[in-house]
Amino acid sequence: MNRGTIRPRLSATSIDPKAAVALTVNGEAVSAEVSVRMLLSDFLRHELGLTGTHVGCEHGVCGACTVIIDGVAARSCLTFAVQASGAEVRTIESVAAEDGSLHPLQEAFRDCHALQCGYCTPGMIMNILSNLESDTPMDLSEEGIRDMLSGNLCRCTGYQNIVAAVRQAADALASR
Amino acid sequence: MSTRAFGSRVQRNIDPQLLRGEGSFVDDIPLPGALHVGFVRSPFARARINSIDVSMALAHPGVAAVYTCDNIGDLDLEMPLLIPHPSMKDARTQRPLARGDVYYVGQTVAMVVAVDRYTAEDAAALVDVDYDPLEVEIDLERAILDEAPLVHQTHANNIAAHLVQVSGKPDQAIAGAEHVTRVRVQVDRSTAAAMECRAVAAIFDRVTGELTVWDGTQAPISVRGGLASILKLDEDKVRVIAPNVGGGFGQKVLLFYPDELLVPFAAMHLGRPVKYIEDRRENFVGSTQERTQIHTIELYAKKTGEVVALRDSFLHDTGAFIPYGIAVAQVASTSIAGPYRIPNIWVEFKAVYTPTVPITPYRGCGRPHACFAIERAMDQLADDLGLDRFEIRRRNLIGEDEFPKLREGLLFADGLPVSLDSGQYHKALEMLHDKLDVANFAAEQEKARKAGKHLGLGMAFYVEGTGLGPYEGGHIKIHPITGKVYVNTGLTSQGQGHDTVFAQIVSDQLGVKVEDVILVEGDTKAFDWGVATFASRAAVVSGNAIHKSALIVRSKTLTAAANMLEASADDIELRDGAAWVKGTDRQVSLAAVATATNPLRYAFNESAKAATQFAPASRHDGPALGEGQAPGLEATDYYSPPCATWAYGVHGAILEVDPEICSVKVKRYVCIHDCGNMINPMIVEGQVMGGIAQGIGGAMYERIEFDTDGNMINANFVDFLVPYATEVPQVEILHLETPSPLNPLGVKGVGEAGCIPVGAVIASGIDDALRPFGAAPFQHIPITPSMIHAAVAGG
Amino acid sequence: MKPPLFEYRAPRSLKDAIALLAGDPGAMVLAGGQSLIPALNMRLASPSRLVDIQHIEGLKGISVQNGRIVVKAMTRHRQLELSDAAYRANPLIREAMAHVAHVPIRNRGTVVGSLCHADAAAEMPMVLLATDGSVVAEGPRGRREIAAEDFFQFHMTTTREPDEIITEARFSVLPDGAGWAFEEFTRRHGDYAIAAVAAIVDKTAGRVSLAACGVSSRPVRLKQSEEILAKSGLGSDALKAASEAAKEAVTAPDDMHATTDYRRHLLAALVRRAVEKAASRTK
Repeated sequence: MNRGTIRPRLSATSIDPKAAVALTVNGEAVSAEVSVRMLLSDFLRHELGLTGTHVGCEHGVCGACTVIIDGVAARSCLTFAVQASGAEVRTIESVAAEDGSLHPLQEAFRDCHALQCGYCTPGMIMNILSNLESDTPMDLSEEGIRDMLSGNLCRCTGYQNIVAAVRQAADALASR
Repeated sequence: MSTRAFGSRVQRNIDPQLLRGEGSFVDDIPLPGALHVGFVRSPFARARINSIDVSMALAHPGVAAVYTCDNIGDLDLEMPLLIPHPSMKDARTQRPLARGDVYYVGQTVAMVVAVDRYTAEDAAALVDVDYDPLEVEIDLERAILDEAPLVHQTHANNIAAHLVQVSGKPDQAIAGAEHVTRVRVQVDRSTAAAMECRAVAAIFDRVTGELTVWDGTQAPISVRGGLASILKLDEDKVRVIAPNVGGGFGQKVLLFYPDELLVPFAAMHLGRPVKYIEDRRENFVGSTQERTQIHTIELYAKKTGEVVALRDSFLHDTGAFIPYGIAVAQVASTSIAGPYRIPNIWVEFKAVYTPTVPITPYRGCGRPHACFAIERAMDQLADDLGLDRFEIRRRNLIGEDEFPKLREGLLFADGLPVSLDSGQYHKALEMLHDKLDVANFAAEQEKARKAGKHLGLGMAFYVEGTGLGPYEGGHIKIHPITGKVYVNTGLTSQGQGHDTVFAQIVSDQLGVKVEDVILVEGDTKAFDWGVATFASRAAVVSGNAIHKSALIVRSKTLTAAANMLEASADDIELRDGAAWVKGTDRQVSLAAVATATNPLRYAFNESAKAATQFAPASRHDGPALGEGQAPGLEATDYYSPPCATWAYGVHGAILEVDPEICSVKVKRYVCIHDCGNMINPMIVEGQVMGGIAQGIGGAMYERIEFDTDGNMINANFVDFLVPYATEVPQVEILHLETPSPLNPLGVKGVGEAGCIPVGAVIASGIDDALRPFGAAPFQHIPITPSMIHAAVAGG
Repeated sequence: MKPPLFEYRAPRSLKDAIALLAGDPGAMVLAGGQSLIPALNMRLASPSRLVDIQHIEGLKGISVQNGRIVVKAMTRHRQLELSDAAYRANPLIREAMAHVAHVPIRNRGTVVGSLCHADAAAEMPMVLLATDGSVVAEGPRGRREIAAEDFFQFHMTTTREPDEIITEARFSVLPDGAGWAFEEFTRRHGDYAIAAVAAIVDKTAGRVSLAACGVSSRPVRLKQSEEILAKSGLGSDALKAASEAAKEAVTAPDDMHATTDYRRHLLAALVRRAVEKAASRTK
């Protein structure tokens, strides 16, 4: 379009019916009017600007969109924002300290070269973190860790270094 | 001097950002007011379009525009054939939006632009396309028969390309051979399945006339060239940025995908930012795939096992179009003799159109296929002659003193004859033999069999031509304010850690910390000479270009610092971000040197004062910059490889097959690997392990399934089985470092290595485990439980 | 892959929920959403109304009463898996649950939702069937209990009426002294079963319960095999005959993951392994 053309008038928003949602995200109260069909992943990313949560398949297999809902890991692509109303949601943006210093799990990922493209990483971290924080004891055997990681696809690393990172993080947290 | 960064396990610069969720992938770029794209895709593998009615979609609230081939102006064209080759006649490529005919399920027919992706999908469903479906043949071997329906009327028997290559005198050698082993092998179709699907966003600034495109591509410079020419814009007005990209594996090197042209076009047309975020299903049905080949390979040998000639004839499925030319088939055909001396080679392929998603390189690009063919044939030859699988290889591997090993007559993907430059193949084989404790395996296997367990040992050797030209560049500048070093190259990264390995190269030359070297790539405004990230070439081609540039900047720095410190350049050393007079504490920071070499008028900071016109060190006897001098500490240089440099390796595994459940458990997986000098062994191992995981996928899990009508019936992650952590074995990696004689750093590529031999290793191991059942050899991957069952039941 | 438009309702009472379902023939129940939302994202389902039952009183929790483990409709898989009371009452459930997708899915997905989704290869419908369980349906015509045997009709089809809500599932507790086993094969961890078998061996009652999934258009009881074992005991001949007989239950055609021949072979192997393991766990 060149400068002389009158810009076409385009509709600004969708006509979807909206519903009010109020939830806590990373410790902060959030309320918004959202389309009832908006996925939580889209709500976090595009309404709240928390783009650290990634979207890899939108059918629940890859785990890239994993966040913590009310203390447990869950797929944000398989949850409507309206369903999360009243819930407490945590995303990757909440994991490092305020000053940006990395959580021991993030440190372990860096030490062990447990990430390459970094796309699956936030989902991996949130899944592992929910296990590290859980009352249910973690099985830190090779098999146990791999079982815990299953449900999160990684196409770059071959997982081996992620297994090592889980072990290192669990040790680091246990010795604190 | 501090420790050398080159060769160290340096942590990656990019990690903290990615770990905090602060990456910038295409869909993360904030574009207020952006419109979103949804496509109407063909539901038929082959059909004629009678009419397209967009009126309902256009009337749908929230829809800004609906495009078909009739209202996209100059974009209604056949997209470029990227790599022309004489073996193809009238090569067919796709149009951004179908005109007249559709050629595969998933082909783009119309594009809806709406306020959000939800609405775009609603409206796309309202576009009414009237099709007349046509007959199709999906099976590769039947597609070349006379009675098969044609994908393109222009191409009889669906043959897109036919090429025969000959090295040595195969006819003569074959006539004199004492034994022949013939094997038919098949590799099925797969897909890269990067975790981030493709994505394109564009914004057109109508005041400046600048088009900015964020594209999750491996080749932004070429994308810019194409956009400028097709959209008739000045190159300088088009900026293409590949930001963080969530994996590529080759799929993202193709240009153009329809969206890469249509999204920028719509942004210009509508005056609003437009984005297309491909979803997983679209990635399956709309983005390119790879792998299907059927080889018939013959090894002509002496009774000793020495192979004197090889004949291979294969069919290569190229899908509905051939935009990337014959690259995949060509790499397969020229890699067919693997690491073996085999002096006489005859290799032929036919690239075949099928009405399916087009084929372009996917990690490995023909190498896994060639490796599967030659390695399965070698195992068979060993069996036929009653030799051990290691022994047959010992008798045929190229010796250390035989390099460079030229295969005259075989032109590699860079248009140059295959010439394997260096390696210690025999040593690698013996390392595997020791590490896997092969000597004791037979006894262990026997013992396990008595206990009802079926262990097998599998192995395969591979070679990988890496580091292809034509060239890449490196630009280096020491920033006068911070003293940090800025490095640019024309590549993109999809997780390979370029920002770290290139920093390591620069760090050693300039004596700065790795984290103080900042790489900017994938942005045509930062650097716009170069090609792309593909063919395991980044470390070799850009690495050496950056190394050469670093040497120039180093020399400039030494001269300038010597001047400032009133010492001889020979007495200056660069370390800890400063230039030092050796053996003294006299030093000047690189920032200060960079500032001092840039004559200034304005003293905007402390060190700038030293560079202003009346400062003591400034010249007062002529121009501030002498003839031929450039300001600052900066250089650009290029590296153009003489030919590909060949990495290699050998993998072995011990696995257990449960013939009742028909499951396979990999108990040990050992990789001996040589990519020349390693810049960062941690990153090398990461690349190799990731490749092996993809190889495991290709060996046992991942297969694109089409029904006979050409519908892809597993276009999702539920049924296309990308392995989880539970399916991938622990890998033991041992390195050899045979420097490449071809480039200053002595490096070879590593990106694709890991995936190449895995299919052959697993097949070889399953064969070995199931020997007591008389199960036929496994010559077809992926190997599924049903195939194991059929072999055990039929054996 | 974004869901189509629907009307979203989140009633607070069961009565309202039933009325909302009854009032719109295109309405569907939304509980954990782990089966429904993927279908919506792929636009394989397009309900005009979704009735979110998460806020309804009385639809949460697990209790063990009168020989039944009662699992209310909003109980997540993971809650049942971690329930010690449920584990004590019937350890088969926890053992099977480890194979239902992955923990993040089990954290949100509900047991009853999985039963209602009724995938022919899903584990929990098979477990309900193996334990002679049932579900309770509530609708405009009142409340009814439906035996597992009558509930699962076909792949993704049950006898629930569109205006009914399944408010609870009832699994039987393991008979005193009985052994249990769950055997499954999937190509990839957490996927739907190529074939799976649940076995309960009750030596006291001389009874073996066997159910399978993944092999037919719905979860099936392996009645012929059960009869052989009940009649001829658990010796190797009987076991062999029972596992051979199980092959007849395989009606699934060749598909991309398995041939019929292989499934038959696999099912027989799983039956033998499951019965052996369950027998070894009897007291």
